[in-house]
Amino acid sequence: MTLSRRDFLQSCGALIVTFGAGSLKLLSAQGQGPFDTHPSHIDPQKLDSWLAVGADGMVTAYTGKCDFGQGMFTAQSQLVAEELCVPIERVKLIQCDTSVCPDQGTTSGSQSTPTNFNLENLALAAATAREALLGMAAVKLGEPVKQLTVADGIITSKMGRHVRYEELIGNKHFNLSLSATAKRRPAPDWTVLGKPIPSLDRIGLMTGQFEFVHHVRIPGMLHGRVVRPPEMGATLVHVDEQSVQSVPGLVKVVVRKNFIGVVAETQYQAGIAARKLAIQWNPGPGLPPQNSFFDYLQKQPSHDVLSVDSRDTAAQLAAASTVIRAKYTYPYQMHGSVGASCAVADVTTQSVTVWSATQSVYPTRSIVAKLLDIRIDQVRVIYVRGSGCYGLNGADAVSFDAAILSQAVGKPVRLQFSRQDEMMWENFGSACAVEQRAGLARDGRIVAWDREDWVASLGNRPGYDQPGNVITGMLLGYEPEPLDPRSTKAPAGKLRNRSNTVPSYFAGCVDGGCGGDGTIRSERALTHTVRSPFFTGPLRSPWRIQNTFANECFMDELCAHTKSDPVAFRLQHLRNSRVIGVLKAAADAANWQARSSPRADISRAQTVSGRGIACVAYEGDNGYAALVAEVDVDLQSGTVRPKRFVVALDCGPISNPDGLRNQTEGGILQGMSRALVEEVTWDNRRVTSVDWETYNSLHLDYEMPTVETVFVTPSNVPATGAGETAITVVAAAIGNAIFDATGARLRTVPFTPERVKSALLEHAQSAERA
Amino acid sequence: MNKITLKVNGQQHIVAVDSETPLLFVLNDELGLRGPRFGCGMAQCGACTIIMRGQAVRSCITPISAVGQDEVTTLEGLGTPEKPHPIQQAFIEEGAAQCGFCLSGVILTAKAVLDVKPHASDHEIRDALGGVLCRCFAHARMLRAIRKYAEGRRS
Repeated sequence: MTLSRRDFLQSCGALIVTFGAGSLKLLSAQGQGPFDTHPSHIDPQKLDSWLAVGADGMVTAYTGKCDFGQGMFTAQSQLVAEELCVPIERVKLIQCDTSVCPDQGTTSGSQSTPTNFNLENLALAAATAREALLGMAAVKLGEPVKQLTVADGIITSKMGRHVRYEELIGNKHFNLSLSATAKRRPAPDWTVLGKPIPSLDRIGLMTGQFEFVHHVRIPGMLHGRVVRPPEMGATLVHVDEQSVQSVPGLVKVVVRKNFIGVVAETQYQAGIAARKLAIQWNPGPGLPPQNSFFDYLQKQPSHDVLSVDSRDTAAQLAAASTVIRAKYTYPYQMHGSVGASCAVADVTTQSVTVWSATQSVYPTRSIVAKLLDIRIDQVRVIYVRGSGCYGLNGADAVSFDAAILSQAVGKPVRLQFSRQDEMMWENFGSACAVEQRAGLARDGRIVAWDREDWVASLGNRPGYDQPGNVITGMLLGYEPEPLDPRSTKAPAGKLRNRSNTVPSYFAGCVDGGCGGDGTIRSERALTHTVRSPFFTGPLRSPWRIQNTFANECFMDELCAHTKSDPVAFRLQHLRNSRVIGVLKAAADAANWQARSSPRADISRAQTVSGRGIACVAYEGDNGYAALVAEVDVDLQSGTVRPKRFVVALDCGPISNPDGLRNQTEGGILQGMSRALVEEVTWDNRRVTSVDWETYNSLHLDYEMPTVETVFVTPSNVPATGAGETAITVVAAAIGNAIFDATGARLRTVPFTPERVKSALLEHAQSAERA
Repeated sequence: MNKITLKVNGQQHIVAVDSETPLLFVLNDELGLRGPRFGCGMAQCGACTIIMRGQAVRSCITPISAVGQDEVTTLEGLGTPEKPHPIQQAFIEEGAAQCGFCLSGVILTAKAVLDVKPHASDHEIRDALGGVLCRCFAHARMLRAIRKYAEGRRS
């Protein structure tokens, strides 16, 4: 029986929301409806791909952008309710199921809001639907659209007649394309969107009822474990299957090239088999020493890109009154999800269903098809929320692993990583080194700024066809995407600042157009991408946090050299009104006193205090943040204690102020943890950060500083991302506050007590010399 | 395989598992409970926390054989969506979570310490939460919710 997609939706939409995923298995075959063609069988130009109104008046919406716990489910439900003028309870949102949702690629990069909340995609679909319904009502009621009003899904005419949505369209297709001229409801009229609606997952979460991917249970399901190599680059010599024959419940040892997994009847048995399995490996090539890693990094062959180059920086620096140089380094850091990644796969001869916490259901569908050597349209990937991921954690790899194990045993398999599987093999946030050189004129203005960064990179998101970008693919013999060393090409077209390599103070002139946010016209930003010994991938504010740390701290160094106030000095070199707006708002809210850093009155007490500021135009134009950090520094122990953060954020119109506040606070505190304690470690053979004793994160006993959030909302600007904006400036603001308090400059993250003490010592020695 | 009788959230269960099986796997796989979750398997993060003998206990390192006659309470055993426990209610009101994976550790650890010491100071509550990890860093709201519950409990 082939059901139409609509029939499927009528039955399945509700099931996804109200029942566990187990119910879905029975429906998975029916999910292959009439739209099923590759690459995306759901045409995003068609209204019916996004919205359906049921006979009961329920509005079902389909989105390719999913919620990882930061409120996107609630915000998108608000958006649909707002545009269709129905209460939020009447909206059923289905997120990221390749059988029914449009392909919106990956949910990442602070792109969900710009993509779905402006004049495209979900927002445009909802606006198109409202206008279409008004048009239908005008015909039915015999009165022009301008005499109609709508509320609660009921359209009322001037003459007092009314008709409900379900009477117009209930259970029927719209058969319309998205209307490019459909008008969004104006923000001042909003009653649902823009309001602090409590997140819809709250009660389920707090009472332990919420279904994570870890809870998906399928009849006949077995449990798997993977057995990863002991170190990067190790290759398999021999697996001794006899070593686990006595393990009760063992179903199969699965070996494909360097991939090894076990399948057993229970999790406990799978764990025993994974531990007992005797394996002989050839060692990998070894690792460069951690203590000199950045020197190593800067000597490797690289792929080079110039973001901006005025071609006069050398001459301008030579002519400058003073030249300041500094090198900043940022370590590998982990996503470090609290829950070890998990997926459930059910591979049968006809179809594959994967329940996955991936950010990328469609790409995952393609990669699973490739790894299992089956047709893409036989694969269905259903997003079920996992533990917060903050980027590319183990969710993709575990989904591939589960599918391979399920195919090998012909039964559904649930696979959950061990803590070590998760931490040793995830795609870390990149380590970076940044060298800065800037020239100051006699009047203290910056006349030239030249910066070069080195980024360690290996793999990435697998996308639709690069399985080797994560560990599973590499073990199966696929290479990570190549990094071809090549000579530098001059920038062309428009300024691209997606990775925030270009500081806000650059004029950003490319091909005659100046797309930067600042005034410095003698400018160069060169990026060297170097092959990393470990997998890397996007981690909340990827490359942007590293670059912004180096840019905003170096700006502070230049400012200190001119003995200027850090806010005034920034304003002198800025021309983007939105960066200026958040900078002033944060300074005002923090009651910033204009003076230079370090403070003149550094006391001789054991604990000294300081304040620092940093700002960013995230990705150049995807949200704006400025942060004032107030910290205490214990001069004896070197401990840094943030006391207060004041952040100003401009992300355009806000979908849910409570959700945004929650996410901003989380971003600031996560940024603080990354700035103060987080760093991946390794020895000469392997990663040694494999659990929560060997990778630091601030636990709940940490005395948290206060976080004050100020929203700046200019009118008539598009909605931008907000998930990564605040975190981007935290390390820089703290580093600048430490400098203000002590006169010592921290140029390496994290700011551990040892590094603080050594910076203090260096500062004291140079002060003595002076 | 041994048949083991277990009392969880007020109900008796008989499960047939190896006696060394961690309590967490029994709660998840045999009883279908969602509150306690696997985070690390080494008692380092708190995601698997349950309450036993009035104490917050890490179920990932507790073999089922160690439970005996003691009743186990999980996050879903505190209250229901219709009638949440006051500490759950405080977390709902404060919106004190993002992904929420860590909540068993946060809520049950705080409840256990306040059950024993209703007048625990902020410092004492934080100390008790020393082994609990939230990687979304919803710390500020969580501590606010706990304080709200503690105040409500006292009055």
